[in-house]
Amino acid sequence: MKFARVRGTVVATRKYEGLEGVKFLVVQPLDEELRPEGRPQIAADATAQAGPGELVFVVGSREAAQAMPVVFVPVDLAVTGIVDQVEVERGVRRSQATAVWLVSSAEED
Amino acid sequence: MYIGKVVGTVVSTIKISHLEGRKLLLIDQLDLGGGETGAYDIAVDVVQAGPGDTVLVIDEGNGARQILGLDPGAIRAVVVGIVDQVALKL
Repeated sequence: MKFARVRGTVVATRKYEGLEGVKFLVVQPLDEELRPEGRPQIAADATAQAGPGELVFVVGSREAAQAMPVVFVPVDLAVTGIVDQVEVERGVRRSQATAVWLVSSAEED
Repeated sequence: MYIGKVVGTVVSTIKISHLEGRKLLLIDQLDLGGGETGAYDIAVDVVQAGPGDTVLVIDEGNGARQILGLDPGAIRAVVVGIVDQVALKL
């Protein structure tokens, strides 16, 4: 899942079966620092509660359709949650050791 | 699967039912030397990983659904291991 900012809504009256009642949002994908990344996309709102201006996370590919009430629908991006808080603890190390990286060259053997 | 580093947590109250009660971690994807690639992901945690941990992440829907016991399940990325050591011969 990635972060995205909701920019607006899309209304379509005639839709493929299974998409009745599904709300579509214009979302701008974001990078880790919440800066825009790539082009805006259209996502189905699986939370049914997201609105313009909100920071959300989205899931893509086949998993997007799995978030919807009717699973076999033509949806490739879905809003799966509204972000309350992001706690970044970069540089913080826990008491236990993190992974050790052992790099050697093949010629050494 | 890829190796990543946990850099934080994501808190969300309004979310789909598949995510209820699950911890979401912010993951930096790492390169071969253990450095950041610039790519990130938000993943579900099943191994009690925390910030600073180097982790193994699966990014595939069917595996994720199997681990979490969901069908359907709209989750792709799951933290499935905490990495102790990576040994490379380059």
